[in-house]
Amino acid sequence: MVAHAIFFYVFSIIAVISAIMVTVSKNTVHSVFFLILDFISISCLFIMIGAEFLGMIMLIVYVGAVAVLFLFVVMMLNVAQQKNQWFNSESTTSSHIPVGLIISTIIFFELIIVVGGWKYKPELSNPNTTQSSNEISNTHSLGQVLYTDYIHIFQISGMILLIAMIGAIVLTFRRREGLKTQSYLRQISRERSEGIEVLEVQSNKGVKIDD
Amino acid sequence: MEYINLVFEEVYKILFLLVPVLVSVAMIVWLDRRVWAFVQKRQGPNVVGPFGLLQSLADALKYIFKEIIIPASSNKIIFILAPIITMTLALIAWAVIPFGEDQVLANINVGILYIFAVSSLGVYGIIMGGWASNSKYPFLGSIRSAAQMVSYEVSIGIIIINVLLCVGSLNLSDIVLAQQNIWFIIPLFPMFVIFFISALAETNRPPFDLPEAEAELVAGYQTEYSGMMYAMFWLGEYANILLMCALGSILFLGGWLSPIDLYPFDLIPGAIWLILKILFLFILFALVKAVVPRYRYDQLMRLGWKIFLPFSLTYVVLTASYLFYFNLLPTP
Repeated sequence: MVAHAIFFYVFSIIAVISAIMVTVSKNTVHSVFFLILDFISISCLFIMIGAEFLGMIMLIVYVGAVAVLFLFVVMMLNVAQQKNQWFNSESTTSSHIPVGLIISTIIFFELIIVVGGWKYKPELSNPNTTQSSNEISNTHSLGQVLYTDYIHIFQISGMILLIAMIGAIVLTFRRREGLKTQSYLRQISRERSEGIEVLEVQSNKGVKIDD
Repeated sequence: MEYINLVFEEVYKILFLLVPVLVSVAMIVWLDRRVWAFVQKRQGPNVVGPFGLLQSLADALKYIFKEIIIPASSNKIIFILAPIITMTLALIAWAVIPFGEDQVLANINVGILYIFAVSSLGVYGIIMGGWASNSKYPFLGSIRSAAQMVSYEVSIGIIIINVLLCVGSLNLSDIVLAQQNIWFIIPLFPMFVIFFISALAETNRPPFDLPEAEAELVAGYQTEYSGMMYAMFWLGEYANILLMCALGSILFLGGWLSPIDLYPFDLIPGAIWLILKILFLFILFALVKAVVPRYRYDQLMRLGWKIFLPFSLTYVVLTASYLFYFNLLPTP
């Protein structure tokens, strides 16, 4: 148990410190790296309470895919310049900060509700209910409830993700005119007769090739 | 005292796994160059030691004694961290590879997800190296490699789902034991082909070595690295290649199981069979490097997203419906 406690405190301290560093650090790329460290230590905590499937999925989805895209965007954009524009110029300051404030207040109240739930339903935080049994593995028990009790919620979340994906594609898709692209089908299906023409060339006159 | 003994025992086990892996990485670099040379009718490295076997050791010595140059305008901490992360991630994934019935360092329930997670983390070593170098070529190389690895991970994930449908467990030993009757390469042969090609792209091997395409990007994300740090990138890359070969042989070629289940072949330990299978896949990797020209970047992306992803998704549906209608779904 001692080793368990030591590991728990190590991972949670790393998680909290890196979460603070995400907001504090000046360099945006550094904050993304701290975010990644945060994700990794959170998934270690998941594994420690026996939710190994969740922990691994957290690593694969958030660290392996989402954070890579974050890093991608942050590296490409010149974030420092934009920040200066937002905070220094008088005219455009107001548009972003109030929205951010509203969203963070909503998230804060949601967190309070979650913590309050523990107080009114103490069995939720009871370690005996969260501990996985030895007979069936964590993945099996997740699969048993995900497609039976929570099938509608599961499907709806899938639909939301699909709609978000379609929306992102529609927003960024634009057809550019005059773009020369290769059609693989046309390249493969070219015949010899279309590509080559045999001409009789008279001397001193040459041949005019129409183009 | 008991704790300390336990820790020592684990350290012994880890060393017993890691030292052979590192040595075989060095040998595999030699094998790669020899196969490459064989296809091109050259000799390859044949001077140092018998058949040039010690060439990699000589190279390693050279790298160790070279000076490590850190560019002045680089981000030093991340610059130094990048090769360390690459190599660590390439080595920790070996913890769950089973070499026999009980010969595995960590027999965890979600072994396949662990390997998948670690290999998806591998992209960070490359991105960090490219970004921290603060130079054009490494940056372009790392951006390319990130996009490439994320794209091909998707198809590898779906291929793994195909295999898992037939097994009913995420444990690597269970995956091998499920192949006692028939290796998955026979019912899932198209998936094996796609897995092989995706593994080439995932490990940045030719024909998908665009992150380090020397004609365009000098050496990609490794341009600014020198000495031991370059060697660590290299070691990590080859350890990743070996890991992908091991994963392929566990998922499709029956892991440690012997191909012929008869008397004289039973005596050969399973680890030998696994190593032979890994070598077979690696020689395929090396042959592909020698015979196929490099892809263009848009061709690479098209192959990943427009061909492999739909095809492997369709195959998941096919496999699932086949198993469902013929009542073959594995029960936990």
